[in-house]
Amino acid sequence: MATSEFKIDKTQDGALLALAGEWKLGSAIPAPDGVLAGAVVKGQRLAFETGNLGEWDSRLLVFLAKIFEVCRRDGIDVDDSGLPAGVRKLMHLASPENQRSGVTHGGARQPFLVRVADSALGQFKGFREVVDFIGAAMLAFLKMLRGKADFRRLDLIVTIQETGAQALPIVTLISLLVGMILAFVAAIQLKMFGAQIYVADVVGIGMVRVMGAIMTGIIMSGRTGAAFAAQLGTMQVNEEIDALETLGLSPVEFLVLPRMLALMVMMPLLCVYADLMGVLGGMIVGVGMLDLGVAEYYQQSKAAVHLTYFWIGLFHSFVFGILVAISGCLRGMQCERSASAVGYAATSAVVTGIVCIVVATLIITLSCQVLGI
Amino acid sequence: MSEPMEDKSGKEPAIVVKGLEMSYGSFVLMRDLNFTIDRGDIFIIMGGSGCGKSTLLKHLVGLKRPAKGQILYDDVSYWDAGPEVQESLKRRFGILFQSGALWSSMTLAENVAMPLEQYTSLPPAQIRELVSFKLALVGLGGFEEFYPSEISGGMKKRAGLARAMALDPDILFFDEPSAGLDPISARLLDDLIIELSESRGTTVVVVTHELASIFAIGTNSVFLDPDVKTMTAAGDPKRLLKESPDPKVVNFLTRGEGARQQ
Ligand SMILES: Nc1ncnc2c1ncn2[C@@H]1O[C@H](COP(=O)(O)OP(=O)(O)OP(=O)(O)O)[C@@H](O)[C@H]1O
Ligand SMILES: [Mg+2]
Repeated sequence: MATSEFKIDKTQDGALLALAGEWKLGSAIPAPDGVLAGAVVKGQRLAFETGNLGEWDSRLLVFLAKIFEVCRRDGIDVDDSGLPAGVRKLMHLASPENQRSGVTHGGARQPFLVRVADSALGQFKGFREVVDFIGAAMLAFLKMLRGKADFRRLDLIVTIQETGAQALPIVTLISLLVGMILAFVAAIQLKMFGAQIYVADVVGIGMVRVMGAIMTGIIMSGRTGAAFAAQLGTMQVNEEIDALETLGLSPVEFLVLPRMLALMVMMPLLCVYADLMGVLGGMIVGVGMLDLGVAEYYQQSKAAVHLTYFWIGLFHSFVFGILVAISGCLRGMQCERSASAVGYAATSAVVTGIVCIVVATLIITLSCQVLGI
Repeated sequence: MSEPMEDKSGKEPAIVVKGLEMSYGSFVLMRDLNFTIDRGDIFIIMGGSGCGKSTLLKHLVGLKRPAKGQILYDDVSYWDAGPEVQESLKRRFGILFQSGALWSSMTLAENVAMPLEQYTSLPPAQIRELVSFKLALVGLGGFEEFYPSEISGGMKKRAGLARAMALDPDILFFDEPSAGLDPISARLLDDLIIELSESRGTTVVVVTHELASIFAIGTNSVFLDPDVKTMTAAGDPKRLLKESPDPKVVNFLTRGEGARQQ
């Protein structure tokens, strides 16, 4: 079959563009500028001849659209009566007159200072949203303490199960390994002084006081914080949150509160479990590599780890539970209405969660220092 | 709340929209909207795709704050009222969202039961009966225990409708109720809407493109034109078809065929 061809001829009132052969996608679309150059000028008319035109598809249409565009720009009249009826119809549908007028997306590019101011105001607004959200979550919590909050107990139970029991395998693995790593690192140093037995102190205090809580916090932020954000984000996309609001139900009470409660309860429990697993990991290294006895290691750990450390660890994890739940839910509620926005919400929930955890750890550790605990 | 339908002639306004301007950020969708929705009316919001019908509906149900202007319900301005008044106004609305917006973690029965549990103190057994009845009304009897992810798009729409009707609201808002339904179900839905409006005097606000439905059920309407960013026609759609001077409105009402059939 002949490939696409076009030829331009002068006529008395302008030009005739003859199209022939098969115009199908596959090869490049000819550039429009050279085609008309010289043949036709402003005020004249461009007609078409398509007697030898074979099969055609969007390739022809896009070529014609470009030609039409040039004509419009240069003030050349287009007489499309020579085109096949199908082509004419499709060109008409896609013509600029048939598009919505005045569509702008964000408008023209603003001057630099305006953009700086806009972005500063945007930051401020974002900050206000966060404060508002935290306030709303606190109010919902107080309301729950007075037994007046609206949420489904079933949601709470399901969330507890998802965030607690189902997280056990990953928490086991990670804290066992972290315990072992701590023991290895400590052993190398302590062996030089023949003080291997103090590995138990390092692992015990390290895990119980802070590492157990931090590791569970980070695991839960990646696992549960992201899940919360994605769940609420999808609900936002499906208008489910609007539907709640129109019923007069507060989404914060109904959706955020059970998630926050679940993590407030489950995070400390997981932390205790992670502490135990960490100490167990340390013991595996101590007994396996450093020739310490099981009972000996146990006694040493017991003597090293005060109950205060245990409470400090629990306090950490309680705070982390709130932080992970709030950052997950906040990002979910802020989600816009598209699939990619849900992805973004999940990512940003994890990032926010981890940043909050690290900052909170610093604050708590400093406070303990100052208070002398 | 269940007023009988005594005064059909002397119409009372249920919703008055005054100088409403709607925008997303600095992007103004529509301005200078002024219209009244009378009690017992079936009010149609018409306009091309993307012109802001769903957005207007969100303003009417108090989900979005107007950029300018007021929306009055029985002379109470929603956004100037306190939270209790807002709450009690919302309680009178039933809303079907364009996407159905069923709560995905609940079965259909739980979805429909939710408003009932929220606002009534009926015993669970009665709620169950009511729920089954509402689901049967939209042709979903037997689907009580299904989750939204287990039913088709049109069925979600109908389940959303059942939820919207759960509390027998004074004003029902439907966003494209018949989109995704086959012609017969769409027709049954129209009958149901007329039935609701006639039997209980429910005010119904419908966003729809379906011409057949517009003429079959509409008693009043507005037409939104995105090019001039405001409403360009208001009134009974059947009258608009005959008398509107605006070619765009006539075009819309005749599926773009332009000519009015006599
Ligand atoms: N969240 C949003 N942010 C910015 N612009 C939006 C948003 N939602 C909708 N819009 C814009 O508002 C306009 C109207 O949207 P809307 O959903 O109200 O249209 P519609 O009339 O209901 O259309 P359809 O008949 O297709 O449902 C669209 O042009 C869209 O670009
Ligand atoms: Mg819409």
